[in-house]
Amino acid sequence: METLVLQALSGLASASSLFLVASGLTVIFGVSRIVNFAHGSFYMLGAYLAWSLVTALPRGHLGFWGGILAAALGVGLIGIAIETLLLRRIYRAPELFQLLATFGVVLIVQDLALLLWGAQDLLGPRAPGLRGGTMILGLRFPDYELFLIAVGPVVLLLLHLLFHRTRWGMLVRAATQDREMVGALGVNQRMLFTSVFFLGACLAGLGGALQLPRESVNLGMDLAIIVEAFVVVVVGGLGSLMGAALAALLIGELHALGILVLPKITLVLVFLVMAVVLVMRPHGLLGRAQAPAAAGAAAEPAIGATPRPLVWLGLAALLAALALPPFAGDYALSVLTEIAILILFAASLHLIMGPGGMASFGHAAYFGLGAYSAALAAKWLLAPMAIGLALAPVAAGLGGLLFGWFCVRLSGVYAAMLTLAFAQIAWSVAFQWSEVTGGDNGILGVWPDAWAAPRLVYYYLTLGLCLAATLLLRRVIRAPFGYALRAQRDSALRAETIGIDAFAIRWRAFALAAVMAGLAGGLFAYAKGSVFPTYLGIPRSVDALLMVLLGGVQTLSGPILGAIAYTGLQEQLMRLTDLWRLMLGTTILLLVLFFPQGLAGAARARWEGRHGGA
Amino acid sequence: MLEVSGLAAQYGRAQILAEVGLTVAAGEVVVLLGRNGAGKSTTLKAIMGLVPPSAGRIRFRGQEIAGRPPFEIARLGLGYVPEERRIFSELTVMENLEVGRRPAPPGQQAWTPERLFALFPSLGAMRHRPGGRMSGGEQQMLTIARTLMGQPRLVLLDEPSEGLAPVVVERMAEAILALKAEGLSILLSEQNLHFARAVSDRATIIEKGRIRWEGGMAALMADAGIREQYLSV
Repeated sequence: METLVLQALSGLASASSLFLVASGLTVIFGVSRIVNFAHGSFYMLGAYLAWSLVTALPRGHLGFWGGILAAALGVGLIGIAIETLLLRRIYRAPELFQLLATFGVVLIVQDLALLLWGAQDLLGPRAPGLRGGTMILGLRFPDYELFLIAVGPVVLLLLHLLFHRTRWGMLVRAATQDREMVGALGVNQRMLFTSVFFLGACLAGLGGALQLPRESVNLGMDLAIIVEAFVVVVVGGLGSLMGAALAALLIGELHALGILVLPKITLVLVFLVMAVVLVMRPHGLLGRAQAPAAAGAAAEPAIGATPRPLVWLGLAALLAALALPPFAGDYALSVLTEIAILILFAASLHLIMGPGGMASFGHAAYFGLGAYSAALAAKWLLAPMAIGLALAPVAAGLGGLLFGWFCVRLSGVYAAMLTLAFAQIAWSVAFQWSEVTGGDNGILGVWPDAWAAPRLVYYYLTLGLCLAATLLLRRVIRAPFGYALRAQRDSALRAETIGIDAFAIRWRAFALAAVMAGLAGGLFAYAKGSVFPTYLGIPRSVDALLMVLLGGVQTLSGPILGAIAYTGLQEQLMRLTDLWRLMLGTTILLLVLFFPQGLAGAARARWEGRHGGA
Repeated sequence: MLEVSGLAAQYGRAQILAEVGLTVAAGEVVVLLGRNGAGKSTTLKAIMGLVPPSAGRIRFRGQEIAGRPPFEIARLGLGYVPEERRIFSELTVMENLEVGRRPAPPGQQAWTPERLFALFPSLGAMRHRPGGRMSGGEQQMLTIARTLMGQPRLVLLDEPSEGLAPVVVERMAEAILALKAEGLSILLSEQNLHFARAVSDRATIIEKGRIRWEGGMAALMADAGIREQYLSV
């Protein structure tokens, strides 16, 4: 009983920190409609800055608390820089592009932090005056945790006063609802956005800085907190401060108490709760339906005949892919195999993102399901490769049918978050059910049958299957099913009035995308000879998103080009420099700023500009 | 006070305004008449900077405002009341007014909540009610009051009578006449000829993004042919 109470208290302390980060995220989203991936980076920078300041300043109250506050303000200034230099230029871009841009910032900050503070974990001093503990029910509870428990409600109260008692707060609330109207009433939105971003970044920085006496500062803090903060914001309802507070409480306690009851599946538990909340309340606990952000998002060009040069280029590339490999070395062959697989993976995501109009942050789930089902069949049933490869798309498709049934009911960011939740659940199972999946060690020895063992043969097999599957996807998009899919994307309501069952169409597209991703996963498992939980992880989902966005969502050539460019870029950068994240992040930012339609979109626009569009 | 000439605007590839020219003098109420889709709302939005004009000049109080951001245009003394009202539904009446508040220019008597409640008495009775829980007519009055809090010299009123009960339309006409009496210039768009006639000095008729007719309200009422050609449905 005593341990339960203490555990609940420490859950409250975590909830406080979580709330600081989530409140900033939700306020920023409310006004700017930007889902800020870099918010976790602000949190991490807060911790690092605080470490530097507190260790440099003289010891004592002023040195410590002054350092913490200065770190929070410093992160706020960094936030201003990012808002004015980057985000301000892309407020009118599609939601996912903004997400991509903030992800570029995440990569850059990771490498800059590595350069500035090194790879080792840093330990900060403990808070002066709060070093001791208090006896609660006969057990010692750290004073600093008690302090943190108080911070959350205090900040909530201050924010509430700020938003309801000041003119600035009213403007922010008004802009959350209709920012264009606020502008027409004479309010300078730019100043408003920048100040909101400053506040949000400060809150995240403060959250990170306050972790200093609690845990070591490290380079993994950003992604760890951003996923949790997303969960909190989505569960609470995007843009709702009270919702974020409630959800932070819920998630913090779930973590703290879940460890006592079911230590193995706390991660699953958190995402399960999120899935349940979103299915019951599609806009979160206290959220409301959001008006679409972009006022005049350009309509997507109709899918017409492929421009002639593109056909020739595609054929030339295909010819090269067929004819050159016999002369390539083992390393080149394995890279080429990987590219073929990733093209299919990206193309499958494109089906639901482009024509389907749904964002998925968890597409790796189906890739991983395919890979794991092939690997499990090989390990436990000693199945030959053909069975494994046949099983992969089937298993992934079943997973897609199951998860998709929930996901396609929601829209926008909520749908994206639910796909992320399911992917995290799948990842947790692979990671924590080590008796079957080998846990972190993965499953080794998943090799192709003897006939396909030579790298060249396996390459041709992969190329054939991926090419066929990608062409099938292309055919689907141009079939009546694809028309219906695009119709429901452009207007679900209008599509339904002409007899299209939008839900069924979306669901089938989601499942088909899962099938194709599963096939890609199965091929990947045999290509690598092993599977690991990372196949289902967030980074792989993000990889797929990047490939599609990099190439351009609007045409199928987009993801193909994107997969090649992204894989090639990553491969080259990783070989050339240790700072590949910095380079990749910078590249992403440049692309977002200068090629907002993706590579294929830019090429197409250039061609049509010269030859007159359709 | 306001001079628009050669104004053109488009959404994507669809040309909505081809050539719009009109003027509003100080203290004058001008109505922009036309059928659905003729370009009335777009004209007002383009003047306000909410739709970027692709050509033309817009001079307001001697300054060129075409292409400037809406907040700057608002600060010069141009108020905009949208057709869809766009009340901040989660903010109370008082908070909605606060969002619109700007300092009055020297020599101009400032609009305060109290003065506005005298103009729209029903608003005064619900100061702390969220905008989302008001009737359509009350919301329409609140949008006008909110815009007046910005102390404009000229107000763009987009179809103020649309969707309102006849009694409320009458009250709206009285309010507009009261504003005119205060010396405010008004450019409104309307389809309700009866309402337009009650409040306006002059009329400008727009069709397919071009101005087709311009003249005094009395002249328009006397010319059944013009009304038949451009306004009857």
